[in-house]
Amino acid sequence: MAEGQIPIEEYETGNTRHKWDIKKLKSAHKIIAEYNYKKGEVQRGYANRTLYVNLSTGKIKEKPVTKDMKKKFTGGRGFGLKLLWDSIKPTTGWDSEENEIIITTGPLCGTTQYPGSGKSICLTISPSTDIICDSNVGGFFGPYLKFSGFDALEIQGKANEDVVVVIDGEKGKVTVETAPLEEPNSHLLNEQLTITYSSEDTDRSRQKVSVVSTGSGAEHGYWGCLNFSFYDIRRKVPRVKQAGRGGLGSVFRNKKIKAIIVKVEKFDGVSNHPTDPATLAKVGTKLHREIRDLDRYQCNMRAVGTGHLVEIMDAYDLLPTENYRFGSFPKASRIYSPEFYKLFTKIIPDGCWHGCTLACSKTVDGFVVKTGPYKGQKVTVDGPEYETIACGANMSLWDPLWILEFNFYCDTYGLDTISTGTAIAFYMEMYEYGILNKKRCDGLELCFGNAEAVLEFMHRIANGERGEFINIASKGVRRVKDWLIKKGWGNKQLIEDTGMESKGLEYSEYVTKESLAMQGGYGLTLKGPQHDEAWLIFMDMVNNAIPRFEDKAEALHYFPMWRTWFGLNGLCKLPWNDIEPANNAETEEPAKIPEHVQNYVECQNAVTGWNVDKKELILQSERCYNWQRAMNVWMGRGRRKDDWIPYRSMGPVTEMEYLSRKERYDKQLIEKLGLNEKEVEKMELKEKIKVLYEYRQDQYQKLIDSVYYRRGWTPNGVPTPQKMKQLGIDDLKMLKMLQQNIDQDEKAGLNVWGGKYSKGEKPPSTDHKYWKKLD
Amino acid sequence: MEKPKTVKVLKFYTDKCDGCFECEKACSMIHFKTKNGGEQSAIRIFKKGNNYQMHVCDQRGLCQDMCPVGALIRKKNGIVWLDKDICIGCQACVGFCPIGAMRKSDKRIEPFKCISCGACVRSCPEDALELVEKNIDDIKQVVYHKQGV
Repeated sequence: MAEGQIPIEEYETGNTRHKWDIKKLKSAHKIIAEYNYKKGEVQRGYANRTLYVNLSTGKIKEKPVTKDMKKKFTGGRGFGLKLLWDSIKPTTGWDSEENEIIITTGPLCGTTQYPGSGKSICLTISPSTDIICDSNVGGFFGPYLKFSGFDALEIQGKANEDVVVVIDGEKGKVTVETAPLEEPNSHLLNEQLTITYSSEDTDRSRQKVSVVSTGSGAEHGYWGCLNFSFYDIRRKVPRVKQAGRGGLGSVFRNKKIKAIIVKVEKFDGVSNHPTDPATLAKVGTKLHREIRDLDRYQCNMRAVGTGHLVEIMDAYDLLPTENYRFGSFPKASRIYSPEFYKLFTKIIPDGCWHGCTLACSKTVDGFVVKTGPYKGQKVTVDGPEYETIACGANMSLWDPLWILEFNFYCDTYGLDTISTGTAIAFYMEMYEYGILNKKRCDGLELCFGNAEAVLEFMHRIANGERGEFINIASKGVRRVKDWLIKKGWGNKQLIEDTGMESKGLEYSEYVTKESLAMQGGYGLTLKGPQHDEAWLIFMDMVNNAIPRFEDKAEALHYFPMWRTWFGLNGLCKLPWNDIEPANNAETEEPAKIPEHVQNYVECQNAVTGWNVDKKELILQSERCYNWQRAMNVWMGRGRRKDDWIPYRSMGPVTEMEYLSRKERYDKQLIEKLGLNEKEVEKMELKEKIKVLYEYRQDQYQKLIDSVYYRRGWTPNGVPTPQKMKQLGIDDLKMLKMLQQNIDQDEKAGLNVWGGKYSKGEKPPSTDHKYWKKLD
Repeated sequence: MEKPKTVKVLKFYTDKCDGCFECEKACSMIHFKTKNGGEQSAIRIFKKGNNYQMHVCDQRGLCQDMCPVGALIRKKNGIVWLDKDICIGCQACVGFCPIGAMRKSDKRIEPFKCISCGACVRSCPEDALELVEKNIDDIKQVVYHKQGV
């Protein structure tokens, strides 16, 4: 184990070093658009303007951030939604010129005193879902963007050749430059650009640069992620965090953006110019102390990051293995967090923004790459985080070193580990059933556990190989489902039930079969099945704290709203509930972590000078959340049919799955469906699966009924003008659009409950137009 | 650079202290150019029972590994030094100091700490303070991000 107190200059990673002719790279750049701006100070958390860049026309301009915009949209994701609403059409496709890449910050973003305050939120029309996808990400870019003068960056149009967008906060200048010679993949590209654009040849100067980039994998297919850099003065490498979900990197490359670079002139602990820095320091220090004293007994984030979840998920039958067929696996202990702890570098402050002492950004330094173009080189691998390790389980890869290899190449090729892992797991199951085979997979033997084939598949995507399978498979589960069905390979129902996507986006890594609330947590998300809106499995399944439909609906109101709030402010969710005050369990609502909610109230007031309370925080979210759902409706989605989820996330699809948990399911047939024991004993397996299938599908529809009702939406899931007005939204174009859609649904007979209510059961309301009472 | 082997740390003689707080005033002169003492002083004197106690940094240096920007370094003379031009005010060192000796005043966002300058020793009319030399290896502490306890 390395000794601590190593002077930063002396720290060694053991990585392969690269020497580049930076002058040559730089001199090949040709400036194609330029814009000088007046540098300004951030005031109370806002730069008070956003930056617009059009790559087709070369136009660069500033847009003011008005008081009204702050009041209605708060910041971050809210600003992103407002900017998109003003710029795109309902028909805008992911690869059209109108589509935008938006990177936003938020009023609390860039605070250094409170852990987890450096997040950027990215938005675009996703190639996977054709609706808005938002993805939050760490790294230095967001804070530096704001300290360079802008609350958000909006890029529209497409360039003709590979370009970089440079925001130079030192000179007050924005340029779009061609960048023909730089490396195509993130880990090298980021290093080159960090050196190129830092003002001096020092590590401190390089720490003032942040790069957003992706890799060659993002050019082909729909899984492109964005890597946000944060230069590590000890390791002397720009490390990366990913805006993973929804194909942001694919849009990025479609616009021929190679990278976005921001350079900050200077910053300190009060660059946000908060109204009350003393309170921020007090509240922040309180949380630092909690982390110091309690993290090791709670989540152990500082030691192993989110990887600590692997053993917990395995223990509760929630770790997705072999494409979510099972929630635990005999070999799982091989990838428990102690195995990664052995590999992680210790001692270094591993926050992805300054002051985050939860420090979950673990790395393996000096990792020897096993395959592909960087074979034999020693590199820093950022992660793996829980989701990436669980992708290993899902593909039945049980060797930490292969998971690291998968993690490294996903990052540098710019592929989202979650979508890539979940999709490959589905292909592997199809391979096992013979629906796919070596020939149909362009020569790849994609069977469970074949790590070499997984990496080969990724290298071929990055190389741009266009075999029929590689081409379609790199677009994800939904497109492969359609392809298999069109080819007539395999049973349609089986394919639809087992491919883990909803709205076109691949699931993140939790088994939800036994938690109805979490099925809703995934299915009712705005962007597609990602757990950042709600994570209710323990509340629902383990603690049975939300037994009735209305309890679940309340949780599916409060938690998505609360979690949305982080994205409006430029914050990370982890320091909210991945560390708890010592007395949290004794509070009235421990799941909400009341003391931490109060911390956030104080932080927002201390930065902005407002005087809000915890209810107002939820209102801030509700405005933006409903706005985004309304935009989904505007784009022809956002209805009950769009909140469909595959049955694999609700219950056992195959006989093997049923039999593997037979006792549990048999018991449910008796206790929940009211069958008697003898009946169940006599039933054929197929019959049991069918009965359970129908029951669980109906439960899900009833859940949706309750949630729509709680949220003030129509029974078909459309936010109502009445609800919007109640939230203070007065955009006439939007209100009119919603009313038109509700009228259309009414004509089509769609404003009805989805659950089948038998005697003694009641829908949330007998009045289908209950929302009108909100007027 | 040759690593320092020893460091001077403050030693307190409780039986000599009469609680005049001249040391705190001298310290806040160093850090904030005021004679306020109290929260603007790196050395703090507290009354416990009939006696006084000193609370101050012992130069163990655990905070260095907490600093994301490398603002905390061990100087040639062995003391742990916070460079406030580099510091970005995150308070990680304040929060993680196991003895609470990294100080923060409302006057500025960057913390401050004892630098064994001796101003307090010189100001003490009762000779209750002394700077004594210690081997760094004997007092050094590092933060291991430990698995489990």
